[in-house]
This record gives sequence, C-alpha cells and structure tokens, in this order.
Amino acid sequence: MTHATQALDQMRPPYPAEPGSGVYSNKLGMWVFLASDVMFFTALIGSYIVLRFGAPGEWARPGAVLNVPLTGLNTFLLICSSVSMVKAYAAIADGKKYFLRKVPGKRLQDGGLKFWLLITIICGAGFVSVQVVEYIKLVGHGFTPAGYREGSLLAEHAAADPIKYGLTVAGLYGSSFFTMTGFHGFHVTCGVISMLYLYFTKVLPEKYSPQDYRGIEVIGLYWHFVDLVWIILFTIVYLI
Amino acid sequence: MTAVAHTPTTAHHEPMSFWRKYIFSTDHKIIGIQFLFVSLFFLLVGGLLAMQIRWQLGFPGKPLPGGGILPETMVVNGVILPEYYVQLVSMHGTFMVFFAIMPLLVGVYANFLIPLKIGAHDMAFPRINMASFWLALLAGLVMTASFFVPNGPIRSGWTNYAPLAARPDLSGVTVGQMLWCVSIVVLGLSSVLGSLNYITTVINHRAPGMTWFRMPLSVWALFITAILGVLALPVLQGAAIMLLFDNVLGTHFFDPVAGGQALLWQHLFWFFGHPEVYILILPAMGMVSDIIANGSRKPIFGYHSMVFAIIGIAFLGWIVWGHHMFMSGMNPTLGSTFMVSTLLIAVPSAIKVFNWLGTMWRGNLRFHVPMLNAIGFVSMFTIGGLSGIFMAATPVDIPLHDTQFIVAHIHYVLFGGSLFALFAAITYWYPKMFGRMMSHRIGKVHFWLTFVFYNMTFFPMHIIGMGGQMRRIYDPTIYDFLKPQQPLNVFISYSAFALFAVQVLFAFNFLWSLKFGKKAPQNPWDDNGMEWSLPNPAPHGNWERTPNVYRGPYEFSAPEAGDKDFLPQFVKLPTDRDPVPAPLPATH
Repeated sequence: MTHATQALDQMRPPYPAEPGSGVYSNKLGMWVFLASDVMFFTALIGSYIVLRFGAPGEWARPGAVLNVPLTGLNTFLLICSSVSMVKAYAAIADGKKYFLRKVPGKRLQDGGLKFWLLITIICGAGFVSVQVVEYIKLVGHGFTPAGYREGSLLAEHAAADPIKYGLTVAGLYGSSFFTMTGFHGFHVTCGVISMLYLYFTKVLPEKYSPQDYRGIEVIGLYWHFVDLVWIILFTIVYLI
Repeated sequence: MTAVAHTPTTAHHEPMSFWRKYIFSTDHKIIGIQFLFVSLFFLLVGGLLAMQIRWQLGFPGKPLPGGGILPETMVVNGVILPEYYVQLVSMHGTFMVFFAIMPLLVGVYANFLIPLKIGAHDMAFPRINMASFWLALLAGLVMTASFFVPNGPIRSGWTNYAPLAARPDLSGVTVGQMLWCVSIVVLGLSSVLGSLNYITTVINHRAPGMTWFRMPLSVWALFITAILGVLALPVLQGAAIMLLFDNVLGTHFFDPVAGGQALLWQHLFWFFGHPEVYILILPAMGMVSDIIANGSRKPIFGYHSMVFAIIGIAFLGWIVWGHHMFMSGMNPTLGSTFMVSTLLIAVPSAIKVFNWLGTMWRGNLRFHVPMLNAIGFVSMFTIGGLSGIFMAATPVDIPLHDTQFIVAHIHYVLFGGSLFALFAAITYWYPKMFGRMMSHRIGKVHFWLTFVFYNMTFFPMHIIGMGGQMRRIYDPTIYDFLKPQQPLNVFISYSAFALFAVQVLFAFNFLWSLKFGKKAPQNPWDDNGMEWSLPNPAPHGNWERTPNVYRGPYEFSAPEAGDKDFLPQFVKLPTDRDPVPAPLPATH
C-alpha cells in the first residue's frame, strides 16, 4: 500500500480511520450485496429443490424439453466473459493499459481494458440474447410458466410419452425453470447495463489508473458471482 | 504502509436549494428525518385501521362511526363487511410491520445515528442511501394504492399464507395481491440497499479512536440488525416474487393442486419472518441501552455481555422460524427442535433485561421523558418475552395457537417494546434533529396515559385468547362459548380508542415543538455520545474536522470528570493521547 496520496482522495470528505476491514468501501459494499444476493438465489433454488423432491411425479428427462447443447454453448459464452473480465481487470491492474498493443516476441497482441471489457459486454449481451431466443422458442413450443400449453406441440408429445416429459409436474417444471433462469437473466442484464455505463463514463475517458480502478474490480466481483450462479443453475436445471 | 493516509480537511458544502437540501438529499440526517415523517404517517394509517378492527370486535353489527365515507364494497349501512374486516387485519399488520416500525427503527435511527455516533461525515454511499428512502416511499405508496383497486387489498393476513394468497379464485383478490407482492419486493430492495450502507459505514468509517468496543450499544444493535436485514429480506423478496408469479403468470409454486407446496410459503415467509422480529426489536434494545445508561448516570451494566447478547439473539433468530408453524402440519420432530432453539433465545434476552436493571440499580435516576419510555420498554418487553415462552413450548402453543393471546404477545413486544423505545428515541434525539426540545410536561402526560391505556388494551387479550377467541375472527358473538367474554372485548375497544386518542398528545408535542419548542442547548441530556459535540441541528457533513474519540460511550459519574457526572467520548483530558489514524485501504 504505497499509494497514500491517491487513497486520500477516495472518500471525500476524508472519512477515516479506525482500522476497518482493510478493504475500500465500494468493494466491501459489493461483498455485502452479494451476500444478500446469495440469500435471494437460495430462496429460489431452495424452493426448487423442495418442490422437485416433494413433487407427486417424475420431473421431465434432461433434454426432453430444453435445448441442452444450445444452453451449453451459452454457458461457455458466459464463462468466456468471466475470463475476459479477469483480463480487463489484469490490464488495468498491471499498468495503465487501455489499448491493444504488440508484445515483443509474441505473435498475438495483448489486449487492454477497453478491448477486454468490450468483449465482456458483448459476451454478456450475447448470453442474454440467446436466452431470449430460447424463451421465445420454448413458449412457441408450448412450454410456459404454467406448464405445457394445451394444444401445443409439447402437450401432444407429453400426452404420448408422459414419463419422458414429466407430464404430472409440468406446472412446477415451468414455474421453477422460468423463475430461476429469468432472474438470473435479469442479473446478467443489470451487469451488462452497469458495464456499459462504466464503459462510457470511466473507461473510454480513461479515468482509471493502476492506483484506482475500483469500478472495474467491483463490477468484476458481481460478474463472477452471476457466472457462478449460472453454473449452478445450468447443472441443476438443465443437466439433472 | 503509510500512517498518515488522511489529513483532516474542512468539509466544504455549498449552499443548496430547498429541493436539493430537503427533498433529494443525500445527507444521512435529512434522509433519517424524511423516513421519520413518512413512517409516522404510516403509523397513523395503521392505527386508523386498528381502530376499525376494534370497533368491529367490540360492537359487531353496529354501524361504524364515520363509516359512511367508505364505499359499498367495504361497508354496507355503516357495518363493516367480513371481506373488509379481513383486509383491515391484513393491512394493519402489513403497514405496522413493514412501513411503520421497521422504517422508524432502521430507516430513521440507523441513518440518523450511525454516522453521528461513530464520528463519520456521512454514510459510505450517500446516493444509495437516498435511493433506499425513495424506494421505501414507493413501496409504501404501492401498498396504499391497493386500497383503491377493484376488490381492494389482500385478504390473507399480513403473512399471506398460501394457497389462499396464491389463488385469486380462492381469495377474491387480484390486483391487491399483486400490489402487495410488488411493494414487498421494492421494500426489500430498499432495505438491502440501506443495510449494506449501514454495514459498510460501521466497518470502514469509524473515527480514529472509535474502536469496536467503544461503539455505543445503539450502533452495535443497528449494525447487527443491518446484517439480519441484508440476509433476511432477499428471502422474502424471493418468496414474494414466487407468490406474484403464482398470481400473474399462473405458476404453481404454492398451489397443491398442481403439485406445489403450501407449506413452502410458510417456511420461506418465517425464515425471513423470524429474523424480521429481531430487526424490529434489536435497534429498540440498543437505543434503550443508551438512554437507560444516561438516565441512570451509570455506565451500562455488562457492556460486553450486552454486545454478545445482541449477536447471540441475532444468530439464534435464524434457527427458530419453525415455532410459527407448530400447528401447520410440519413434522412434529422438527417442532421439538424449534422449541429448544426458541427457548434458548430467552437466555440472551434475559441477560439484556438483567443488565438494564443492573444499570438502573442504585443509579442517580433522572426520570426524563426518554428514560420513562425506556423503562416502559423494559417492563413491557419483559411481559412480552415471558408470554413468548408460553408459545415457544409446543404443548402450550397447541391451544394458544391463532388466538388473541398471540395478538397480545406481538403487541407487547412490538408496541410495548419497539414503540415505547421509539417514543423514547424520538424525544431523546429530537433536539439533534430539529434543534428544539419536545415539551417535557406533555411528554410525561403522554407517557403515563399511553402506558395505562396500552396495558388496558392489550393485557385482557391474553385472557380472551386463553378463553379461545380466535385471532382474526370477524364477529366473536357468533359462538356461544365466546359470548361471556364480549364485555371484555368492549372494554378492550374502549381502551384502544383511548390509547389512540392519547397519541394526539404526542403528535401535537412533535409538531408544535418543531416551531415553538424550547431551543435546545448543545448537550441537553448531559450525554457522552459523539453526536453531542455538534451544534443542534447538526450541519451537513457533520464535523468540520474528523473528530477523535478518547473513550467508551458510558463514562457516567467517572471520577476523572471532575464536577460533572459525565465524560463525553470527544473530550480530551490532559492524560489522553490522540489516537493514531489508521491508513485507508488501498483502492486496488
């Protein structure tokens, strides 16, 4: 901690003093917020577990209704965005790097904050877009929050093979699927909007320095959390 | 590491327009005052609903005075309809818990007191703080709006048990139920934003010398409460969202017909609900501790045990929710587990009560209005706590469940407890908020009348509850076995009307003193807290220079104080050394 002069300016008027957490307030606040978000997803995921284990019938087989390969690709996209988030963080943490630049002796260029954050935004937006397309297709096939819509393609399939499509508990399936993935999508959307805001107000005007890049670190924490939640959701909703 | 991370500089603030200063303010004190006015308004609304409930219970079938202004869907020929009665009960609970007591304790006093008492210039995130207030107001307005939509507000009680709340065809409420859910989700967001602010502020923004164990108990309690808020409210949000989807999207979370589980709602609600109980009482306990030490002119008895009791209560509060569900059809084995954990909470609670008594014991008591109300808190909370033990024991709870005994208990802890503490706190910090004193004489009359009528209202509820009167019954005279109790119901109703009428004194005192109260001296209560080093009312940004803290908050009657009997935290004695400021955390 050798940047006392920069640290001085971080909380005006000078708020100071007793040794706190040793972590600046924005980051601490984000950790506390993530703790509360954990509780929120716990409520949704916990209810899903309780409902599924207490359900009067078998859940639909994995892949019967949902497009697992497509969402697997989407999961990959989100994980990639987490990687690019780390690269964005590293770019500004290692030194004031905003642009792509040549690295001597290497063929590839080394990206800067502007490049990697843009990649993250694109991946995040891509994830949400794929999810929206997925929702539209599912609803079109007849999979709704209330179950299989009567007279739809899925309802016909389910009537022919009730075990595979978990006909008896289709309502619960739809309820939990749309609520959990929907609120995750909402979180991703909020993250993308926040990153866009940072991109135009802080990153493009080059306001971050290796001494102070709080916004990037804080949004990074949020982004990795959202990514982690998705890995859990993908496993329990799509794969089992 | 550098030790001189900050040199105190003058906090500079330009003059601001009225709107910027009082309406869209980021100053924690103004936000606290905004919360105060809004939640006192909702307290009044909740009280008016309670009066209508008492009218119906005392005089079933008689026309409600002034009932003519209510629409036909609520009142016919002046008589309250059963549907409206259930709505009254539901909304009274909702308003009082979510929009009166909770914002009064947390919104007002966490905002107002935390920075002042720890020597900070403002909250860690002033703009998030402002958002928290406006979201709370929005939530309150959405909830109020549900009175004006077709079919009116919720009819399933403030707990919104499923499947009644989840199925519009059962409850007959459509829009009102959705508005309840939306309002609760918004309120939860407001609460989370507020709480993360309080937590961060307490951890990171304490003035030099304000170590953890020099913090006043009010700050400790508000800090622990904020942790409860951050972890409990999101669970309610999740549950409310599922309930909302059940109503709007046709999902089946809580609908057993389609495989959902009605009991799941109760588990989610009370998993939030029991920490919520402590959100509603811990800040009151903290502020009462400060006031009792001040009124007794003695250091608080057992400061550390008080802190650990708060932490203990907060922790145990997470593992007791099932005691609300003994009669719900939950596995009885779980019932015994929850019974044991619930009874355990009596231990830290008793520690606190004994410490308050130990503080007052042989103290040089000053019976100012806050002290009177604080003693009222201790005595009423004790009764409420003891009746709580009745219900914690499963065998006793089985006959008492869902009777007026429960109503008596909740009002002993929430009115007798939290609201008396709030009367104390409002009077105590009024000079800091508005620069004037509330009238002592009116305050004392108000306290004694409230205390008497309050007990006359709620104590008999224990008796009629044990006599079997149900908690939300519309007309107690329809059952022969309840008829002999009806005179007691009439007595309770008269007492309740008197209790409500007496609050006019408080409202008058509060509003009149804003303009005409006696100008407050800088330290009107001879208190030790950091806030009394500032002029009344405190300026924007609080201190010009970050203050130093030299000792704990309860140095009353200390020999070092000389001819005075108090030694404030900000006073530097010749023997005191300045605390060494800690370095600020790095921003990378």
